Formats: sequence, C-alpha cells, structure tokens
Amino acid sequence: MTRFHVQLAALAAVVCLALAPFVLSPFSITLMNYIGIYSLVAIGLALLTGVGGIVSFGQAAFVGVAAYATAWVSALNGYSPWLGLVFGVALTCGVAAILGVVTLRLQGHFLSLSTVAWGLAIGFLFGNVEGLGRFNGISSIPPISFGSFALVTSAQIYFLIWGIVAAVLFLGYNLLDSRIGRAMRALRGGNTLVESLGINAFQIKLVTFVIAAFLASLSGWLYAHMSRFISPGPFDAGMGIEYLMMSMVGGAGSLLGGVVGAAIVTLLKNSVQDYLPLIAKGASGQLEIVAFSALFILFLQWARQGIVPFVARYLPKLQRERPQPAPPLPRRAQPAPGELLLKVDGAERRFGGLIAVNNVSFEVRSGEILAVIGPNGAGKSTMFNCLTGALRVNKGEIVFTGRPITREAQSRIAKAGIARTFQHVKLRPRMSLLENVMLGTYARTGAGLLAGAFRLNQREEASARHEALMQLERVGLGDKPFELAGNLPLGNQRILEIARALAADPTLLVLDEPAAGLRRQEKLRLAELLRSLRADHLTILIVEHDMEFVMSLVDRIVVLDFGSKLCEGAPAAIRSDERVQEAYLGGVA
Amino acid sequence: MTSDIAAILAIDGIATGAVYALVAIGTVLIFTVTRVIFIPFGDIAAFTALTLAALDAKRFPGTGALVVILACLATLIEIISLLRASELRLLPRALLFYLVLPLAVVGAAWLVMRMDPPLAIRLVLALMLITPISPLLDRIVFRPIADGTVLLLLTVSVALHFALVGLGLLFFGPEGVRTEPLTSLSTEFAGVLISGQTMLIVIAALVFSGLLYLFFDFTLVGKSLRATAVNRTGSRLMGIRPARAGTIAYLLGSLMAGVSGILIAPVNTVFYDSGFLIGLKAFVGAIVGGMTSYPGAAIGAVGVGILESFASFESSALKDVIVFSLLIPILIWRSLASLHSEEEIEE
Repeated sequence: MTRFHVQLAALAAVVCLALAPFVLSPFSITLMNYIGIYSLVAIGLALLTGVGGIVSFGQAAFVGVAAYATAWVSALNGYSPWLGLVFGVALTCGVAAILGVVTLRLQGHFLSLSTVAWGLAIGFLFGNVEGLGRFNGISSIPPISFGSFALVTSAQIYFLIWGIVAAVLFLGYNLLDSRIGRAMRALRGGNTLVESLGINAFQIKLVTFVIAAFLASLSGWLYAHMSRFISPGPFDAGMGIEYLMMSMVGGAGSLLGGVVGAAIVTLLKNSVQDYLPLIAKGASGQLEIVAFSALFILFLQWARQGIVPFVARYLPKLQRERPQPAPPLPRRAQPAPGELLLKVDGAERRFGGLIAVNNVSFEVRSGEILAVIGPNGAGKSTMFNCLTGALRVNKGEIVFTGRPITREAQSRIAKAGIARTFQHVKLRPRMSLLENVMLGTYARTGAGLLAGAFRLNQREEASARHEALMQLERVGLGDKPFELAGNLPLGNQRILEIARALAADPTLLVLDEPAAGLRRQEKLRLAELLRSLRADHLTILIVEHDMEFVMSLVDRIVVLDFGSKLCEGAPAAIRSDERVQEAYLGGVA
Repeated sequence: MTSDIAAILAIDGIATGAVYALVAIGTVLIFTVTRVIFIPFGDIAAFTALTLAALDAKRFPGTGALVVILACLATLIEIISLLRASELRLLPRALLFYLVLPLAVVGAAWLVMRMDPPLAIRLVLALMLITPISPLLDRIVFRPIADGTVLLLLTVSVALHFALVGLGLLFFGPEGVRTEPLTSLSTEFAGVLISGQTMLIVIAALVFSGLLYLFFDFTLVGKSLRATAVNRTGSRLMGIRPARAGTIAYLLGSLMAGVSGILIAPVNTVFYDSGFLIGLKAFVGAIVGGMTSYPGAAIGAVGVGILESFASFESSALKDVIVFSLLIPILIWRSLASLHSEEEIEE
C-alpha cells in the first residue's frame, strides 16, 4: 500500500459521503448529521486522550458553552449565526485556555478528576442561569444561512457538517505528522522525556487541550443550529462520558477512530432504542443507559485498543520512500576543543534529612569523555538529574558554556545544548525510528501549529527527516527507518536514544547508565559508537557503574561515594587509587 | 447574615458533611486497597434510603431483585473464570460466596419482612440488602481489570455509575422518598435548636470512623488491608490475597455508604439518581485527604458540607457550581503537595 492508495481511499470515502444524501432516507441523513457532529468532539478527544494521554470527562461542557453562546447571540439577540460561531469558538477556547492553564500541571488521575469537576460545574451553570432559559433551554434558534440560502433541512446542513469533519480530519492528520504533532505524540512518554527534547510540555498540553475544545465548540455551534433548540441535557456529565466512549471505541489515538466511534455509538444507541422496548416493555428509557454502560464496561474490559487500530493491523503496511537528501538544518557553533564546557561548583541536593549529593564540584572540557562513577547509592543519578534540570540543587552553581543553568527548566537546558539519554529507555514505541529521531530536532526547527496543519512546513520537514536519517545512519540503524521503535532489542533502543540526542545537535551529550542491561556484544558496539562520536569532537558525560565499560572508554573519571566526590583523574590513576578500591571492594585485601 | 443564621447554616453543614464523611471514608478505603475511585458509593447510599423507604411502606424493595441478578451474574463470571483456569475444585466455595450467601441474605430479608418488623430491624434489613451489591459489582466489573491503570478504573467506575442510575430507576421507580426521622428529640445549644437527627448523624459518623480506626489498627484483617494498600505485590508475597482484601474493603465501604443513606433519608428527599451528587461531594472531601488519609477525608467532607450549606443560602441555584468549582483549587493543592514519580505510560 502506498501513499497513492491511501489518497485514493480517502477520495472514495469523500465521494461516498457526498453522494449519501441523495440515496439515504431523511431519517438516516439526520442520523448521519448527529454522527458528524459527535465525530468532531470525538476527534478532539482522540487528540487529547488518545494522543496526548489527557483523559477528559468534560468535553460535553465545551460543546455546551459554544451552543449556548451561539444561541444567545442568534436567538436571544438576533444576530447572525456566523457571529455566533465567532463568539462561541472564542468563548470556548478562552474558557479552555483558562481551565488549561489552571489544571494542566496536575498529574495523572488528578487531571482527569479536575475535568469531572469543571465539566459538572459548567453543566450545572447552563440549567441555573436566568438569561439562558434555565432548564427550559433556548428555542427558535435560527438556521445557518449562506446569504439568503438557509440550511433548514437535514440534507442541507449535511454538507456543511461533513465538510467540516473532512477538513478537520485532513488538517488533523497533517498536524500529527508535523513538528508540533510529534511533540503531542511524545506527551504520553512523560514530562521528563518531553522536556529533555527541548519541548515545553505544558505548552504542548495546553495547545492540545485548546484544539480539543475548539473542535467541541464547532460541534456545539452546528448542534445548536441544526436542532434549533438547546437545553442543558445534551451537555451534562453523561454526555461527557459518552464522548469519551466514542473516542475509545473507535480507537483512542486514531482521529479516524473518532468518526468510527461516533458512528458506532450513535447507531448502537439508536438500535438499542428500537429493540429494547421489544424485550422489556415500558422500561426502555432506563434499560437503555444500563445496556449502554454495560457495553462500554465490557468494551473497556476486553477490547481497550479500539476498532480502528484493530482493523489497521490487517491492512497491508504503508510503503514509504526513504527520505531524500535535503538542505541541512542550521548547526550550533561548537566550542573549541579543550575549552571549559560545564562547571559544577559545590552542588548539594537534599531529600529531607538525606544528603544525596554533597558539595560536589567538577568540570567537563570540550572534546573529552568524562565518566561519573560510584557504588550504588553514591548519588550519581541525583547528580545527573540536577545537571539536566530534572531536579534542582539546593546549593551550588552549575554553569554551562558560561551560562548559569542552576535554576533553568529542563526544556531550556536541553535547548542550550545538553542532550540526554535515559537509564530506563524512554522511546515512543508506536512511532517509527525516524520519527523518534525527528523528535530530537524539535528545538532546531520552528514550524508552528498552523504551518503543520496546512503543510506549509514541507522544506523544514524534509530537512528534519534527512537529518534524522543521517543520525540513524551515523549510529548504524539506518537500514530500517520506518520500523517501530518498540520492535527493537534493548541494545538498539539505547543506540536509538543516542541518535535522537544527536539529532538535537548537542554541545554536550549526557548518558545515564548506557551500558545497564546490555549484553557484552551490545556493550562493545556502544563503546565503539561513543569513540566514533568523540572522534567527531563531541563532548560526552557518562554516569555509569559498569567499571570495565568505563575504564576502556573514557578520558577522565569522577568518583562519587556517599554523595561526596572521592577523587578525580585518568582511568589508570583511579584504578590504583586506594580510596576507590575501598569504596568498591570494602578495603584492600 | 446574622450570627444566628450562620450558626444554623454551620450546624446544617456539619450534619450534611458528616453524611458525606462516611461515604468519603468508604471511597478512600476502596481507593487505597484496590486503586478504584468508586464513584457509585453515592448510589449505594441513595439505594439504601430507597430500600428503607420501601421496607417502611411494607413493600419488598427492588434491592432484592438487584442483588439476585448481580449474584447470578457474578457466579456465572466466576464459574467461567474457574473453568478457564481449570480450577473447578474451587467451585463450591465460589458458589457459596457469590450465589448462596447473597441469596440467603435476600431470602432472610424477605422472610423477616413478612413478620412486620420494628424500625430497628428494618434498618438492619436495609443494610443487609445493600452490602452485597458493591462486592458483587467488584467481581463483575473491576476484578477482570484489577491491574489496569487508575485512569482505566476511573473510566469504568464512571460508566458503572450510569449503569446503576439506570438500574435504580428500574428497580425503585422515579418517586423520591423521605423516611421518618429516627428520633424526634431535639436540644438547644447556645441558643440554636439542634434536632436529634442532626446529632445522630454526627454521632454515627464519629462512631463509625472510630470503629474503622480500631479495625485497622487492632485486627489482623484490618492490617492486611493496610498492607495491600501500601504494596499489592509485597502483601501478596506475605500470603494476603488482594482480591479478598478488595472484597472486605467493598463490604466495609458499602456498609458505611448504607449508614449514610439511612441517615440522610429523613433529612433530604432521596431519588434514584441522588447518589451521584452525594458520591461526588464525598469524593471532593476524599481528595482533600489526598485519597489516602481517613481523617483528611472526613475533615474535607465536613468542609464540603459547610460550604454547600452557606453556598445554598447565598444562591441555591448555584450551590453545586460553587462546590465543584472549588474542587479545582483543591486538586491543584493536592497535586502540589504530593510527590509524584513519573506518570504511568500506557501504550
């Protein structure tokens, strides 16, 4: 299957959708309209929950904000629905931005709980505000019209709804395949990973959150002008979970899954309404929600992955062409060999009463490989985290290329030219090798959200893709750039992380226990790679406790023990140092 | 607002808060032992009130049928999972726990009810009928995904709540109920009239929290529950079965939710869907305690009750908006206050 086949399939789908109203019954068209309207919310949730990992129970509230806003503008104040669109979208995105700024720093389930909270609070607001018709809602909302042509019947508004859905899908897939989109897809890997790539995680979360709200607001606008009447019911907490269900059934993380999920849930609900009265007379309303929730629970128990990813497994793989050579990305000015690069001065880090790092000072000079070693619990990892900004030192200074980074955020330190790898590999297993390495180029590229969505970024993308391929080739993984990262063995995953770090064009590469868990052959390959990088004048700092690995590789060693620096020097000197032998072996035998 | 009104509002709030506190403690209990944020506890409380009202009206409550259906479902699932694991020797035990015991409870309640029992017995009957529901739901809904992420469990829990609301309407009907007060005594304190019901609520909340404390600190079962809460794998190595600890937690939790339902029934009119708000407000309280601390949850729940009471005086329409908006700053505070390791990665 090539790109051409995908485009052909998309075209066929568009043609089918365009012809549908001429074939279907009016009732089916109405059903299709609802599917389209719900799809928009579900696509937003696919982005937010599936891609970004932020589970939101409150999207229905955003739909409601836009629906009420446009109803207020058009039905109560007599302005055009188009003004309602502008007002509704602006208000929804504004509310989302404020909520996002306040809540998106929350972690894991705290964040999702906050969506329950504001979802409920906003939901209650609709039914209790005097000017919005309370529980009676707002009626006689005017239809959307183009000039004098009003979209009154369901066949008329059908084209607007599905036109918007198609456009959203097109732009959404473009976005996911762009610089910002890759950053969104990295969010599930955790803040430390995202920030280590020079990405401001909070900013990306906020953008994702507002996009999802924007799509919900489009849905709310269409809903209000299609049904011509709104009441608080369709925007309550129950609907919030229904939207979540749509995106999960379709396949969280798949935009197309949003549409498929919306279709399945809507059709299912419809048939439940049709058939339940046949099974249990007079109890249909109650049983509907029971049957529905039960199905959802069964789904979550047995088929969490969703339908689109399930089907996609049986489709032929997309054939992709190797990236073509492209103009290189701009490179950083590297310091002259031997120049002072990093200076750690009296660093101290406490955890309560424990001093994990105690008054440690050392320097890294350009072009060398320096190892920080020490027995378990010596404070190596804490030192590492302080260098990369994952932790703050309590005392002392860290200066990188003449610039103090002691209190800088992780992403700023990464941007300044320190690229890192992780002891427990942090890759995006469902992204290709090439895309994983392209994540590393984030700080070197600049295409924004709209440039990504409208494909105005193609030159830069080509350069980034080419750069990523070059780095893959440099580390010896260039033969299968479209393989998924999760399919690699651990040794190659480590090396892939190094390629990703190299793609950031770093001044200093810091490696957190790169040899941990590797087999002997893999270690030898890794050492070989690091030597070749040194030959390219790259400066490397390794935190490691595999002595054999370190001794044969590095230029200088700093030894930590119980949080303090024990000594520093060339490998041979360290090996014969009695204090080091005592720390490692418990005294000279 | 005069100080008189403030005092009345405060007492009202404390009483409501005490009811929330019982549910909140149950929520924390379930969360720490099973990691499930059990939103449906509020529904359990509401169902207890509806059960009691039905008993008062000399009707056999729909709870009976609900328990029978859930017991059959749970038994079926248990048999299937035993078959798949080819451990059929465990079948008699499973039948006893998931079928015979719940059915015996329903049967006993049905028999006793025919004898027109006094209020005290009816209270016990209501609690007896309600307690099997959560452990059975645990078996049906949560056990198959016990190792899932907190978020998955939360999503399932929210879905379960909606299923229960539907079942509530089916089994109890749309009418709201208000049961007779458990006591008609009242007393005056510092110039403000305090009803006996209010005092009963506060005392019951205190007594049950105290009992729970004793249970956790002085019994082996209680300690095993705490161990499961701290470390599932570790306690499994010590011979504690997390599933059994979960069942005990659900039993205890639903008992507390049931008591709160009985206490609130004479004060507020309870409908089949009243549980959601009770559960969520209790939950706000539980979050104040970081979902881990029982005293924290109790204090938080009482705080929510007081806030709600004052908010409804200022603007009864917007009281729920105020309570849930307040959850956001609380969440932020909790999130900042607790140390987090790197969040879970799901693929």
